[in-house]
Amino acid sequence: MMTLASLNLWAIAPEIAVASLACLVLLVDLYFRSARPCALSYPLTLATLISGALLSVAGLFDPPQLALNGLVIRDGVADVLKAGTCLGTAGVLFYARDYAQERDLWRGEYLVLSLFGTVGMMTMIGAAHLLTLYVGIELLALCLYGMIAMQRDSVRAAEAAMKYFILGALASGVLLYGMSLLYGLTGSLSLELVSDASAALASDSLPLILAIVMIVVGLLFKLGAVPFHMWVPDVYDGSATSTTLYISAVPKLAAFAILLRLLSSGLGGWIEVWQDMLAIAAVLSIALGNVVAIAQTSIKRMLAYSTIANMGFLLLGFFSGTAAGYSAAMLYSVVYMVTTLAVFGIILALTRSGFESDALDDFRGLNQRNPWLALLMLIVMFSLAGIPPTAGFFAKLLVLQAALDAGFVEVVVAAVVLAVIGAFYYLRVVKLMYFDDPEPGALKVSAHGYRRGMIWALSGNAVLLLVITPWIGQVMDFVSASLANFGAS
Amino acid sequence: MIPLSHYLIVGALLFAVSVVGIFLNRKNLVIILMAIELLLLAANMNFVAFSHYLQDLSGQVFVFFVLTVAAAEAAIGLAILIVLFRTRRSINVQDLDRLRG
Repeated sequence: MMTLASLNLWAIAPEIAVASLACLVLLVDLYFRSARPCALSYPLTLATLISGALLSVAGLFDPPQLALNGLVIRDGVADVLKAGTCLGTAGVLFYARDYAQERDLWRGEYLVLSLFGTVGMMTMIGAAHLLTLYVGIELLALCLYGMIAMQRDSVRAAEAAMKYFILGALASGVLLYGMSLLYGLTGSLSLELVSDASAALASDSLPLILAIVMIVVGLLFKLGAVPFHMWVPDVYDGSATSTTLYISAVPKLAAFAILLRLLSSGLGGWIEVWQDMLAIAAVLSIALGNVVAIAQTSIKRMLAYSTIANMGFLLLGFFSGTAAGYSAAMLYSVVYMVTTLAVFGIILALTRSGFESDALDDFRGLNQRNPWLALLMLIVMFSLAGIPPTAGFFAKLLVLQAALDAGFVEVVVAAVVLAVIGAFYYLRVVKLMYFDDPEPGALKVSAHGYRRGMIWALSGNAVLLLVITPWIGQVMDFVSASLANFGAS
Repeated sequence: MIPLSHYLIVGALLFAVSVVGIFLNRKNLVIILMAIELLLLAANMNFVAFSHYLQDLSGQVFVFFVLTVAAAEAAIGLAILIVLFRTRRSINVQDLDRLRG
């Protein structure tokens, strides 16, 4: 008998709040016209995201509970990642405002699409059923296609949107086909019941291997890991920088969550089938991302290849299938999100109307044009390269430690060697900023009005990567505690 | 009574046709959009066949969600196609070369 109480709606209060307030933002934007674009809907959007984050952390570390008849689960990891997703999206919109306004992108639709994308990510994070997982993935993907294509007069944006659409739809199709085979084999769509079936189904059965291969291929596509990475550089390069920031930063938390839900909670009993695939994808991603990034002249393309390499590190933490590995991968995804927010925030702070600041040469002599932004960029680049004492170093260290403890010495050695190669292109940015002269005609970067607030936020964001270091142990304990009882209910 | 394997073979054939349609087609983006729809229908075929075979309704409910998503996806795909055509005056796959990838 289904009653309202048995649906346990309190457990999905954050999703309900963000989804219904997103509809409100849509209406407000329609009926309240003002001289400045989004004068009312922008504060409302930020309030929506902050209320979503607060509702997520209310009742943190309560025992896990299922909602909507087993479609959604609320546990520690879901709470932490949902709050991170909401705050990350709020940060993205804060950094994006000036840039998007100058390019006529700052309309109500942009805010509403980013809010619905957040709902999609929250659905993925809390999924306990293949149906919610699929709907969440699609909700996020459809919003992202729309956000890229909103730059209607840009040839590059239209092409990026089309490429992302085709490859994204192909990936969801392959994932869905794998899910259908899994449904036929296990007789259930609930991840809990799928994992219960692992006792009865041997891991060398061919249909099962086919189903898992298709699911892993779909996930690697969504993550942008080698060999399914070809969309990442084109989409990063073609989109407006504010949209690139959204695509590159926030969905990484949800990407970690779907790996955790699908592969660990659902397919954990067949770990020997997917472990090798993830290990190979991880090493190839780190190799290709770090090597090809060296050859780039656009900083957005360089960061796209850096994302591919970083997704390799995320997989490296994940594939060992140990509790330490999952916590390390989760910490990695959070640190990566904060770092990406800072690096794209700095790029956005350097743009002007009609000037994109997306070539590496635009960073030449930044120290002479704006020493403070150059220093912040230095911290962020050190964190991405994994140089101590930044948070990026500890994130990489913990991931490698977890893989080493699980006994994958060759994989760890390969990853470390490739990470050293990767340090080259991050340090090249530092060299351009500090040891080269500015291009003739490059303006000083001034800060006034909104830009001043943005630089304060950027300072907090980048310096956080440095000052968190003494407390990194506590952060790791917190992450492990949130992961302590995931999937159990 | 048609056995389950026949449905699965049809589903697998639809899947193969659509993947080939996406990768071998060098001419028209609309054909790629049709191939994407076919891909989702291949999965739907499997879901319905398994749902009947297992006597479990949840597979058929999933199909309704997939159909809804497919409709939204087709709408967005065609909208992007129109944006692309207005900026480029072409929907030829080989003309998508502004971003080197």
